[in-house]
Amino acid sequence: MDKLIGDFSVGLFFWQLVLFVGLVLLLKKFAWKPILDSVNEREDGIKNALASAEDAKKEMQNLNASNEQLLKDARAERDALMKDAREIKDKMISDAKEEAKEVTSKLIENAQASIEQEKQAALAELKKQVADLSIGIAETVIKKELASKDDQLKLVEGILKEVKLS
Amino acid sequence: MHRKITVKALTLVFFLFSIVSFAIDKSKEEKAHGTEKTKEQREKEVEEYIPHHLLDSHDFSLFSYTSDEGEHVYIGFPLPVILWDNGLNIFMSSKFHHGETIAKSGENYYKLDHGKIYKTDAAGTITYDTDHHATNSKPLDFSVTKNVFTVMMVGLLMFFMFSRMAKAYKNNESMPKGMGRLLEPIVIYIRDDIARPNIGEKHYKRYMSYLLTVFFFIWIINLLGLTPLGINVTNNIAITFCLAIITYIITTATAKKDYWKHIFWMPGVPTPMKFILMPIELLGTFIKPFSLMIRLYANITAGHIVLMSILGMIFIAQNWLGGSLSFLLAMVLGILELLVAALQAYIFTMLSALYFGSAVEEHDHH
Repeated sequence: MDKLIGDFSVGLFFWQLVLFVGLVLLLKKFAWKPILDSVNEREDGIKNALASAEDAKKEMQNLNASNEQLLKDARAERDALMKDAREIKDKMISDAKEEAKEVTSKLIENAQASIEQEKQAALAELKKQVADLSIGIAETVIKKELASKDDQLKLVEGILKEVKLS
Repeated sequence: MHRKITVKALTLVFFLFSIVSFAIDKSKEEKAHGTEKTKEQREKEVEEYIPHHLLDSHDFSLFSYTSDEGEHVYIGFPLPVILWDNGLNIFMSSKFHHGETIAKSGENYYKLDHGKIYKTDAAGTITYDTDHHATNSKPLDFSVTKNVFTVMMVGLLMFFMFSRMAKAYKNNESMPKGMGRLLEPIVIYIRDDIARPNIGEKHYKRYMSYLLTVFFFIWIINLLGLTPLGINVTNNIAITFCLAIITYIITTATAKKDYWKHIFWMPGVPTPMKFILMPIELLGTFIKPFSLMIRLYANITAGHIVLMSILGMIFIAQNWLGGSLSFLLAMVLGILELLVAALQAYIFTMLSALYFGSAVEEHDHH
């Protein structure tokens, strides 16, 4: 310890303090600050470049995924559309068939009904005519009977002929 | 590629041989002159040289030798001496002639004794007390010593190194260039593995300048201490004290309320314990930077002493076995010291960051 204190040189301490503090300040201004700034700048640059590359990669992946999704959606939509179209077509056909069937059956029914009506009307007419004829005949017969027996016969025969002809 | 290595290896071998033959020549010469020292003398010389090497000095001498005329010849250059002794006295350290002569500046006489400057008279008398400490008065010594000079050079080197590195970023789209490629990983390591985990994401930016400067400063100066230039700065207690006190000042100046609260009124313990913990915690704040100071100082000093002792063994043993063994050992230790140089810088930075972290830590859980 005695030697340590004995060796201590105030002059050397003074010079070292002045020179070293000066050196720190000088180097700070002219060396350390620019060096560390450059290094930081470079590191930040690298970091940013890496981050943006990573982002781009992620975006690419997203894009790919969305593309895939889009394609899938489109395909599904197409399938759905096709299915709908087919269904509509089938339905339309079946509906048309049904309708046609209904319409024809109605027509037939109508026709049958009108035929029946016509038939009834014809029959009624016929009945009426037969009745009229019968009444006419009966009238004439009654009239002739009153005149002569021969004429009556002739008349009946004539009427009968007429009937046969009609 | 193989040829290149072979050529290099051969060059190295030739180089080593030339050194060895030179050494042999020299020892023969010494014998011829009859100046060969005894083993005891050599031991004493090495013993004296090591602490001398660890001291700061007023001139920058790379090495010295004794010429054929028995004169000490120093290879190096003098540095300015700046003394405050009722007025400024500035002269070059060459006036001292490495402590052999008295320097006269103005009306005052000064003499170097064991690396320290004492005021003396024209005759250069220095009185010693019983512990062999000089009792002469000492002027305030603000000289640019070898260590101050080295710190200046390291500061300049760091400034050029890192300001150029910073410029390269600007001209090169934030990419490092040349030296920066080597230094950038270290800078990032200090930021990501020392500052961020210890201080926290929120506050670490404020301390980066100091942490980076202190790391590179200690590392470079430790490495310089391992070169044959004979520089050793970080084994001066004044240097490590200065670094530690800066860490202490930054810690104290930037401390948040929680830091003081944990020192003076520790939450979560019974009241009597709070009174006991108060002085302990307060003492702890001083012990932390103190340990920083001692750790760096002791590690580097010990490394230098051990390395030089082993190298000194070469000169003491002066035979091929001891020499080569010492050389091998010194080489292994040298490699270890390279590691220690970086490790001590790392530890100092790491612990500083830890103390800063404790200063700005926010205890959300209380």
